[in-house]
Formats: sequence, structure tokens, C-alpha cells
Amino acid sequence: MKERYKLLIIVLAFLGAYFIPWTDPVIRQSGLEAFLMLQEYAQQHVLTCLIPAFFIAGAIAVFVSQASVLKYFGSTANKILSYSVASVSGTVLAVCSCTVLPLFAGIYVRGAGIGPATAFLYSGPAINVMAIVLTARVLGWQLGLARAIGAVIFAVIAGLLMAVIFRRDDANRTQGAIYVPDMASNSRTLAQDVLYLLIMVLILIFAAFARPAPGVTGVWAALFSAKWVITAALLILLGFMLKAWFTRDELTSWVDATWGFAKQIFPLLLGGVLVAGFLLGRPGYPALIPEQYIQTLVGGNSLWANFFASIVGAFMYFATLTEVPILQGLIGSGMGQGPALSLLLAGPALSLPSMIVIAQIMGVKKTAVYCAIVVLLSTLAGYSYGWMVS
Amino acid sequence: MKIKVLGPGCARCHQTEQLVRETVAEAGVEAEIEKVTEVMKIAQYGVFGTPAVVIDEEVKSVGRIPKKEEILKWIKK
Repeated sequence: MKERYKLLIIVLAFLGAYFIPWTDPVIRQSGLEAFLMLQEYAQQHVLTCLIPAFFIAGAIAVFVSQASVLKYFGSTANKILSYSVASVSGTVLAVCSCTVLPLFAGIYVRGAGIGPATAFLYSGPAINVMAIVLTARVLGWQLGLARAIGAVIFAVIAGLLMAVIFRRDDANRTQGAIYVPDMASNSRTLAQDVLYLLIMVLILIFAAFARPAPGVTGVWAALFSAKWVITAALLILLGFMLKAWFTRDELTSWVDATWGFAKQIFPLLLGGVLVAGFLLGRPGYPALIPEQYIQTLVGGNSLWANFFASIVGAFMYFATLTEVPILQGLIGSGMGQGPALSLLLAGPALSLPSMIVIAQIMGVKKTAVYCAIVVLLSTLAGYSYGWMVS
Repeated sequence: MKIKVLGPGCARCHQTEQLVRETVAEAGVEAEIEKVTEVMKIAQYGVFGTPAVVIDEEVKSVGRIPKKEEILKWIKK
């Protein structure tokens, strides 16, 4: 960090401490809400949801061969395959923010071209493991699922539209060799790798297993009452797998990658939860922004509310995963389900800073068209989802 | 010798740059080290992942932090 940024942060903190009227009852209430929301995350989401998700993301980053996915982005790759892989590959490739923009530029300049590149850009941030898990856990599985499916389908549409609109324009493309990330050699079979990831996903599912609605009996209630036994058994199984199948070096790089994600995301999420709690409060509790504003702007499921949510999402910058607490606060204050999905789709895919980088890569005109497509498609997705759930 | 570390500024890219600088200093090799952060320039090398290390315009590693011994091997030639 540059010294002047440090100074800026200190000055801002000082001005905040000096001028914010902390004795005002509304500010007091908002400050309290910020910490109550933080406590809710700490108690309900960190141990059983985020930490297992970090381990899974770490395993994907270290053990899943990126090269096997990236070969579908070459300039000679089959077009249909390129689009399908681009729209789902965020699960494997977008786990680190280091990869998304360079990879987008690579696919655009040297690889399969503008269509698959933009498809990847749209779906990537929405379908990485941590985003899906946290969305489903905090905002409900319906919205989590809608986010994943919406991102994949609309990524393909956005990519195809871009490819059709700019079909004559391949001037920026250059031929040449492509270098994909190299992987350390691997002593396991594919089946072993799949089984290992599967066990971790099952641990995540059972550890976070929600209490069934009162009165529900049968298989869900039985699974819920046995969830800790099952989780413990799975953990023991995982322990044996790690001992038998992995070398010490592999385990070290897995833990390193997991720690890398934790280090990168926890501070951002901490800040995001505090800000969301301060501005919006927990669901059902008022905070700084009065609920009627939210309800007027993005309540219900009108076309306008969906459009407004996607426009705001497209320009606003969400640090990794912070869209979730902010959405939670907004929904709690009266945002409709449709506009929530619009914001979830347009938000992480675009922001003012990322627009600037994208414009450097493919020019202002294409970027403007891409942003318009993202806003329109997100509005449409939100509107249809809102219509379906109501 | 010209060494370029390609990466938009994530933690792993900084680690790679530091490691390259350390190794070059320890080996006592004459080398010019440059950090390339512009995404478009990175893409021109055809690398589909960062951090990447390029020595005399030849791509050496992509998408991972190289090991010290590897860097030594590259710069000793």
C-alpha cells in the first residue's frame, strides 16, 4: 500500500470519529445493528459454511487442472464447446480475482474470441464455490440456485450477442502460442480427486444442514438429527484419504491456498457485513437508511425496480462476497426477490473500476455494449425470477 | 538478461516478484526485473493465468509461484 493511501485512511477515520454524531439515537441503533449482524455471521456462517468453502476453493485451485479447462478457450477450439465451458468454468477458474481479468484478456486477444471471453466474464464471479455457498446459505437456496442458473444461461446469451454484434471485428486478435498454467504432476486418479472433492462438499452440506420446519418428519428430520454424526464420520474418512493419497507437499500447498483465500476474503467480508449492518440493519430491524426508501425503489417486482437494481449493481463495486450481506440487508428492508437477483447478477459481474479495465482491453464501444447487455439481461432475469416466485 | 513478472497486482504476483528479486540478488546475476501489471500487455504474451514469469521474452512459468531452484536454473543459463 502506498504511503498516501495510508494517510488517507487515517484522515478519513479521524474525520469519522470527529464528526459522526454517535450520540444520535439513529446512529446508535445503526452502530449496534452493524455489530449484531457481524455476530450473526460469526455464529451462523463462519464455522460451518465459510471455512469448509475456503478449503474446497483451495483444493480446486491447487488440485484441479486448469489446463484441462483452458484448452477449450484456444482459437481453434470448437465454438459450441467454448461457450458451454466458458459459462460454467467460473467454478474452477474464478476462485481467485488474480485470474479473472487476465484470463478474459487472454481469451479475447489470443483465444476463442470476444463471445466466450464475455461469457466467462459474466458468469465467473457468480458461480465460484464460495459465492454459491454463501448466497444459498444466507439468502436462501432458491436465490442461490437462481443466481447460479441465471448466470450460466445469461452468460451464453451475452457472449453470443457480443459475438454477433462484433462479428466483423477481429482486428485486435493476434495469432501465437498460448501458455496455460502448469500443474505439478499428480499421483492420483481422476476418480480419487472427484471422491475427495465430493467428500468435502458433503461435509459442507451436512455441517450447514438447516433445521427442518417444525412438524416435518421423515428423512429430512432424521438427517438433521444425525448431522453431526454424519459430519464427523465424513471428516474421519477425509482424514484417511488425505493420509493415503496425498504427499506432504501437496497438503502444504492446499493449506496455503486455503489460507490465501481466508486472508483475502475475511477482512473484506468483515467490512462488508459492518457496512451493510450499519446502513440497512438485520432483517426486521431498522438502521440508518429508512426502509420506505428501499421499498419505493426496489420493492415488489416491477420492471423499473429490476432495472434500477441492475443499473446500481453494474456501477457499484462489490468486494468478493460482500454482495451477500448487502443483499441480505436490502431484502430485510423490503427489496423484492426479482430485483435482488438482478443486483446479484449485474453486481459482481461489473463495476466502475472493472469497466475501466475492460475498456482498456476491448475498447470503449464494445465495453459500452457489453454493459448494456449485462444490465438488460440481468433486469430480464430478475423480472422472470420475481414473477416465478410470487 | 531481462526478467518480467506478469500479474495485475494480486498477493501471489507480489510474492513471485519478491522471490525473483531475492533469487537474482543471491545468485549475483546481472538482470533487469520488471513488473508488468497492464492486463493488455499480459495478454499479449498469451499467458492464460497469472503470476507468470517471462525471461528474455520466453514464457517460463504460468499461474503459480515458481520454486526458487527453478528460478536459479532459468537465470544461470
